[in-house]
Amino acid sequence: MGYKAKFRVWRGDAGEGELKDYTVEVNEGEVVLDVIHRLQATEAQDLAVRWNCKAGKCGSCSAEINGRPRLMCMTRMSTFAEDETVTVTPMRTFPVIRDLVTDVSYNYEKAREVPSFDGGDVKPGEFRMQQVDVERSQEFRKCIECFLCNNTCHVIRDHEENKEHFSGPRFLMRVAELEMHPADVADRRQIAQDEFGLGYCNITKCCTEVCPEHIKITDNALIPMKERVVGRRYDPLVWLGSKIGIVKRDKETPKA
Amino acid sequence: MTDIERLQYDVVVIGAGGAGLRAAIEARLQGKKTAIISKSLFGKAHTVMAEGGAAAAMGNANPNDNWQVHYRDTMRGGKFLNNWRMAELHAKEAPERIWELEAWGALFDRTKDGKISQRNFGGHEYPRLAHVGDRTGLELIRTCQQKIVALQQEDHKEFGDYDARLRVFAETTVTRLLKDEQGRICGAFGYIRETGKFVVFEAPAVVLATGGIGKSFKVTSNSWEYTGDGHALALLAGASLINMEFVQFHPTGMVWPPSVKGILVTESVRGDGGVLKNSDDKRFMFEYIPEVFKDKYATTEEEADGWYEDPDNNRRPPELLPRDEVARAINSEVKAGRGSPHGGVFLDIASRLKPEQIIKRLPSMHHQFKELADVDITAEPMEVGPTCHYVMGGVEVDPDTAAALVPGLFAAGEVSGGMHGSNRLGGNSLSDLLVFGRRAGLGASEYASATTVSVPESEIEAAMAEALEPYEREAGENPYTVHQELQQTMNDLVGIIRREDELEQAIEALGKLRERVQNVAVAPSAGASPKEGQGPAYHPGWHLALDLRNMMIVSECVARAALERQESRGGHTRDDYPKMSADWRKVNLVCRVRDGVVELKRQDMEPMREDLLSLFELDELQKYLTEGELPAEEKN
Repeated sequence: MGYKAKFRVWRGDAGEGELKDYTVEVNEGEVVLDVIHRLQATEAQDLAVRWNCKAGKCGSCSAEINGRPRLMCMTRMSTFAEDETVTVTPMRTFPVIRDLVTDVSYNYEKAREVPSFDGGDVKPGEFRMQQVDVERSQEFRKCIECFLCNNTCHVIRDHEENKEHFSGPRFLMRVAELEMHPADVADRRQIAQDEFGLGYCNITKCCTEVCPEHIKITDNALIPMKERVVGRRYDPLVWLGSKIGIVKRDKETPKA
Repeated sequence: MTDIERLQYDVVVIGAGGAGLRAAIEARLQGKKTAIISKSLFGKAHTVMAEGGAAAAMGNANPNDNWQVHYRDTMRGGKFLNNWRMAELHAKEAPERIWELEAWGALFDRTKDGKISQRNFGGHEYPRLAHVGDRTGLELIRTCQQKIVALQQEDHKEFGDYDARLRVFAETTVTRLLKDEQGRICGAFGYIRETGKFVVFEAPAVVLATGGIGKSFKVTSNSWEYTGDGHALALLAGASLINMEFVQFHPTGMVWPPSVKGILVTESVRGDGGVLKNSDDKRFMFEYIPEVFKDKYATTEEEADGWYEDPDNNRRPPELLPRDEVARAINSEVKAGRGSPHGGVFLDIASRLKPEQIIKRLPSMHHQFKELADVDITAEPMEVGPTCHYVMGGVEVDPDTAAALVPGLFAAGEVSGGMHGSNRLGGNSLSDLLVFGRRAGLGASEYASATTVSVPESEIEAAMAEALEPYEREAGENPYTVHQELQQTMNDLVGIIRREDELEQAIEALGKLRERVQNVAVAPSAGASPKEGQGPAYHPGWHLALDLRNMMIVSECVARAALERQESRGGHTRDDYPKMSADWRKVNLVCRVRDGVVELKRQDMEPMREDLLSLFELDELQKYLTEGELPAEEKN
């Protein structure tokens, strides 16, 4: 049942590193993370890897497997031929700490810039929302923050200089989630464009493709968000209406 | 001595799951400078694995529900061994805690009239679990995480610094609690995973919210963090643990393929109509309804199936018995040779709901089986079996303030003991986290206001020496090997069904393992030279070597308490003492550590307050209590 697989794993720290070859036992039903764990337990005690739940629920074990951004715990070994070399490298968009572990603090910094949920004057226990209305944002709240979408997005993948002005699909989707939240009263349309870089997105859907939760990030979050921004900024009727005072603009929420 | 970073806080919360985050939010709301120490990245805690929901008697789905009914269900689920005051506070405060999450942005599934929807679960009389599909834990953790960010944004506005009053230390592990000359808590010592550097938190109040102990067992639904850190830290600081013999084996974990063995299959599958069958295609749970629950569960398939639509005129399906009952039943079926091909039983939802309903209500189960086992649960049954899921036992605390017996130490969530008695009901964990997380945050804040401390140098030196030991040891055993043997021992000898001779064998084996744990060695990192006064950067072998101490202590507590308790109750089943005993119900087993040795003593439980006792019928109380404990006016 079991066989010996060829693995190439990136080993090294912030300074330098190399792909190291291993031959390691694989048993039926295993995933890439099992094999990485076997390496740790046998020949590479110090092999650094992040993981928690091993069930695709926590989003910790993100890496690139044969160049493709994936969760190691959700990549079954049966998807590779037995004689195929499996190459595991850290996410490319974030600086390497050690081996397969990267510094993902960029994501936490971007999260802090998005103005939080604002429920207005409604008291706890008094919220009333319909299922059909909560479902739109619920899809985005399935996000397990594996950051594979941000890792994949070409706006920052090879463009360090864009990181300052671009929050990545994950946090543009967070903006969309709050904008579509039936009980939220803030308006983040202006800052989505000006501060979080929504305009950089040219809807190539790479983020959607790598999302392990199968969230339709581009179609359901980013494109509708772009439409909302257009409606807010460029609709001539809205512009005219607000000039002559018959359309009241919502108060804009500044970056947090 | 090397320069170790020292940081001053009012309240330090160890653990960043639901309980830890809720405690930290409360401490910050009380104006305390608060640190959250997270073993993983922020937002990754084990709470994300909780699927079914959070139990709270809001009465949205059935208006007859109220805190008294919830209280009764909780006590029954725990077989009356629960700390009744905790169960009372929990039942009363859970609805407020859920509503508060909604005001922080949580999006629960809705009822038709726009309220929070509530679902059925094992042991709960009415539909009571607030939920989001089957990913409720993720919603809870994300909401608390985002509330913390919101508070940090307020601080940023006021002080120009997000971390001014509430800071998260991600990937940081505490290895020792620090105490001053007066025997009070004065801080915590740990290492930062990324760099291997040590850090000292100086604080008068420490809240433990470290979760459970599942990683001491081979088959478990728990993540790598669940190494009993808080349990062990508390013991080593002089606090006590109660109820450690009660370990919940969730009846439905995945059994195939081997690499996912133990991963949880949510109870919602049964709450939404799923049934358990053996290899004869028989719904076997009808054979396993215990005496104490005889009048509450259906005896025929017709009645059981009628309950989903008409719960007022039908009794509940026995698949929804409390978890301990279902786990034992599955165990018996497998032992009797009526199991599934991979040593479990069948859990069938495919023949009960339409495919689109299954995908809507159980999306992550559908996803999990499809991706990990290549099984389509809308078309075929799942194979499931018991998996170590939760420890009822934990730090002995004051119910109202969450204070442990050591001044300055508090505990909330799974690491605390008492709330769930001998068996926890599904859904009561997420609400427990919120209710007692908040109370611990309050208790710690109040205590911290009146206390100042300083950390003695000797405490730091001792903690540092201990943490460096496995790294500095020249030769020794591989920590992974020792860990695997510990897991095997606990699984085989202190598992779901226990016997005196096996428990004695376990204690002997653990004694030998303890010596081996003290002798594990960690190979230095490839390409990096060891630095004076710090550990290696991001070195999993070193992390495991340090976690092993905790798993070892906790395993000894479980085994010793399991040997002592000569009855079967909830999460403690003794093959040689199969009956529940009213005399044993009055007794808590308390573990402490003295000079490195686990000590066990019996401690009488406080009798239940009379008004709470009066919520039960006499004939029910008679099943659990001794003659002397029954209400006075009813005794003749």
